[in-house]
Amino acid sequence: MPLRKGAAALGVILAFPVVLGGLALAAAVLDSRTRGTGWAGPLREAARLLGQRRRRTVAADGLLVTAGVCALLTAATLAGTAVLPLGERPLADLAVGVVWFNAMEVAVWAALWLTGWGANSFYPLVGGYRFLAQGLAYELPHMFALITVAVGAGSLRVPEVVAAQRGLWFAVAMPVAFAVYLLSALAMAFWGPLGGPLGVDVAGGVRAELSGPDLLIFQAGRYALLAVAAAAAVPFFLGGGAGPGLPAWAWTLVKALAVLALLVWAGRRTAGLRMDRFTEASWLVLIPAMLLQLLVTATVAVAAR
Amino acid sequence: MIAGIAFWALAALAVAGGVAVFVVDSMARATFALLVSFLAVGLTFLLIDLQYLGVLVILMMIMEMCVMAVFMIMFMMNPGGLMPMTMVHNPRGAALIAAVVFVSLAAGALAVPPPPRRGAPPADPARALGLSIMGDKMLVMMIIGVAILATMIASVVLAVHGGRYAAGRSRSR
Repeated sequence: MPLRKGAAALGVILAFPVVLGGLALAAAVLDSRTRGTGWAGPLREAARLLGQRRRRTVAADGLLVTAGVCALLTAATLAGTAVLPLGERPLADLAVGVVWFNAMEVAVWAALWLTGWGANSFYPLVGGYRFLAQGLAYELPHMFALITVAVGAGSLRVPEVVAAQRGLWFAVAMPVAFAVYLLSALAMAFWGPLGGPLGVDVAGGVRAELSGPDLLIFQAGRYALLAVAAAAAVPFFLGGGAGPGLPAWAWTLVKALAVLALLVWAGRRTAGLRMDRFTEASWLVLIPAMLLQLLVTATVAVAAR
Repeated sequence: MIAGIAFWALAALAVAGGVAVFVVDSMARATFALLVSFLAVGLTFLLIDLQYLGVLVILMMIMEMCVMAVFMIMFMMNPGGLMPMTMVHNPRGAALIAAVVFVSLAAGALAVPPPPRRGAPPADPARALGLSIMGDKMLVMMIIGVAILATMIASVVLAVHGGRYAAGRSRSR
């Protein structure tokens, strides 16, 4: 029995990079398809960046750029350890998994600002500051969405959140929180309408001065972050691995890919949001809406006890 | 054993980060050196199974240092950051005061015997923490929390200028 347990734990550890890498690659391929660069676009781009020579700016703070670029991929990976469920439980089954996911996703703020600042160049700097403003706008409703999930489940542990959805998925039980989560998933991965920090109006923003392997790691981190943000919706709102016929891990992957495809598609189909307008809508509409959703969920949770 | 090694490594990292704040010559580096120090402290909490507090320290400190970097750089005499700067004024006096405070705190920590342990760790430290902070005042705290949030948002909304594209909207002036 201990041997079987050990083998299962090893399987989870080995499966994690495969699942995370696969989902990130899926995000890159889907993105490439919507831009018309074909299925092999991401691989061609990766090969090109690996061979590209590094471009340097004058008086750049190389340490901070490297820290920022690596922090993006690291934050996405660490966020994934708590929410990517492989079979029964995630790799890091923390008692406060929901808070851990939140903390790692906030580390992206630091990653983007450092990358933007370190280049000592105008457009990356604008992009870095844009993301901090975006963070202040999306983070409060996003946190309330996660709190609502935790209140509904009565636990901060991700497998218990999944277990609490046996009767009714949280996407149905708390639709406002689900909608806010999907919007903030776009915001945290600076994707589509919330891609201002990398906007074409600032010549690519944060990544404008990145080149070669630096840009490759940055892009990998961004796709991994989008993939993790999409995959987190499955245990939080879509009942985890619940579903007829297929085993739990297969259902988890199918749902994660569906959310990912939705995010990529929606990102291509919507116009960019101006951050001052988004902040206003976020604080004046989304926060009160989330507080009402939290009140309803808490009332139901207390009544059901 | 592993916990002991991790503790000393994190303790050294926390102190090194704190020292780096006053050694580096750029505000961005100083801010993020301070963040490294705080992250090491947050990870130390995980070693004593205070997961909620530890992760909360990490979460809050990352947000706080990002916002602080903006303000620190904004209020610098040279916001471009191209001229070297230092966090220390009156270096000799500052070093003396810092040394005295450090030695007295360290002496206190080493000389005073720790009190004997009372009770056992709770099964769910996050729940015990919530109850010990709020207890039966939970409802009041919740209402005050929402009131503070509403006040902050209202004050920002009233204070902010609509900007150049806000013509014709109600709060533009």
